[in-house]
Amino acid sequence: MYPDVVVVGAGVIGAACARALTVAGLRVTVLDRGAPASATTASGEGNVLVSDKGPGPELDLAVASRLRWLSLVDELGVDIEWESKGGVVVATTDAAAQPLLDFAAAQRAVGVQADVVDRVHDLEPHLTKSVTAAVHYPQDGQLQPVLAASALLADVRKRGGTVRAGVAVSGVDTANGRIAGVRTDQGVIACGAVVNACGPWSGEFARAAGAPIAILPRRGIVMVTAALPLVVRHKVYDADYVGAVASGDAALQTSSVVESTPAGPVLIGSSRQRMGFAERIDVEVLRELARKAVALFPVLADVPVMRAYGGFRPYAPDHLPVIGPDPRLPGLWHATGHEGAGIGLAPATGDLLTELLTGADPHLDPTPFRVDRPAVMEAL
Amino acid sequence: MKITLDGEPTPVQPGQTVAAALLAAGRVSWRDTRDGGKPRGLFCGIGVCFDCLVVVNGVPDVRACQRVVADGDDVRAQRGAELPEARP
Repeated sequence: MYPDVVVVGAGVIGAACARALTVAGLRVTVLDRGAPASATTASGEGNVLVSDKGPGPELDLAVASRLRWLSLVDELGVDIEWESKGGVVVATTDAAAQPLLDFAAAQRAVGVQADVVDRVHDLEPHLTKSVTAAVHYPQDGQLQPVLAASALLADVRKRGGTVRAGVAVSGVDTANGRIAGVRTDQGVIACGAVVNACGPWSGEFARAAGAPIAILPRRGIVMVTAALPLVVRHKVYDADYVGAVASGDAALQTSSVVESTPAGPVLIGSSRQRMGFAERIDVEVLRELARKAVALFPVLADVPVMRAYGGFRPYAPDHLPVIGPDPRLPGLWHATGHEGAGIGLAPATGDLLTELLTGADPHLDPTPFRVDRPAVMEAL
Repeated sequence: MKITLDGEPTPVQPGQTVAAALLAAGRVSWRDTRDGGKPRGLFCGIGVCFDCLVVVNGVPDVRACQRVVADGDDVRAQRGAELPEARP
């Protein structure tokens, strides 16, 4: 039997879309040219954050999505290492203090819990003494993204959907001006709709489908220390992180993000660089990450680094996800462009896409994420 | 050439790894796990598995199979996850 919808890409976004579509009663097939959850989903830190977003549509999506993760933890019934660990954002210069406090005030105004803390060392005893301002975000969470995506896909299968790894998609078939199937290296799969959830590669897939969108890869690298006793209790990052995320600069940007994992190692990020799909790990980047992490947590100075890994974020020129139908080709849908926030934004993205596809009332305004907006179309 | 193993002066050959010195001294375990305190020693022997971690001169998480001994090294067993000793 043919699927109603083929989801191309078995990362966390494809998995969340497939799961929501399946729950809505559609017959779904998920395809991935590699192993599920093996690319961008496996290359991050598993962040579910509200702290790094100012008021606006992405924060609305993040707030809705976080609540969905909380319920999915129960619905999926599998341990995905969810931790409501909270975030701590710190300014370490006089100049950075007021902008951080202003940012937090704007977030509080739209309902985000953003508590200014005077005694930040009660929360993070090993933090540098040169903190000029600190804000605690109890709603920030973390999960293990490969476990989470795998659990979503397992649930799709359990509900009768299909997940196929190692199937490369080369394009689409159309009939009467709309999607009729997906071309793969293992034959054509007839279907009524296709969801482009190819992450950083969704620009390529959209081009192959004849409806290009401006999604580019943005490189990031994470350093992993040896397992340590508990020295970092929250997700801790420098207030300049928000600026690095929002920047469109292609050149290297780094901003310190430090957090522990349940297994003991500390993850040290973050870097952003536009360098195509080049997979090299530059020593220059590692050096900058290490220097900034030690500035936040001096105790890390003599801690050995076990390894580093890199990945690619799906970057949209206006830093907003692309969720919805492609007006140029009926039956083609996109769910991409989440940059470094895809883990956190996945459940609400899957719900929103499903609501739009089935004609249900969307749980939040889809307009800001629409495909035919200038930044996504005209940047081509 | 001499190092100390858990405080015990021990003769070693130049060029030996810390793991080789430990094995030559009759030791098969010099670390215990973070969960459950189970004994660990040399496993892969080629620097990949991070099982043979040991504390050398106050620095934990040194791979014994990759570290070549230096005269006077202070080598001691590692207990779970440790932080580096404070610098003087």
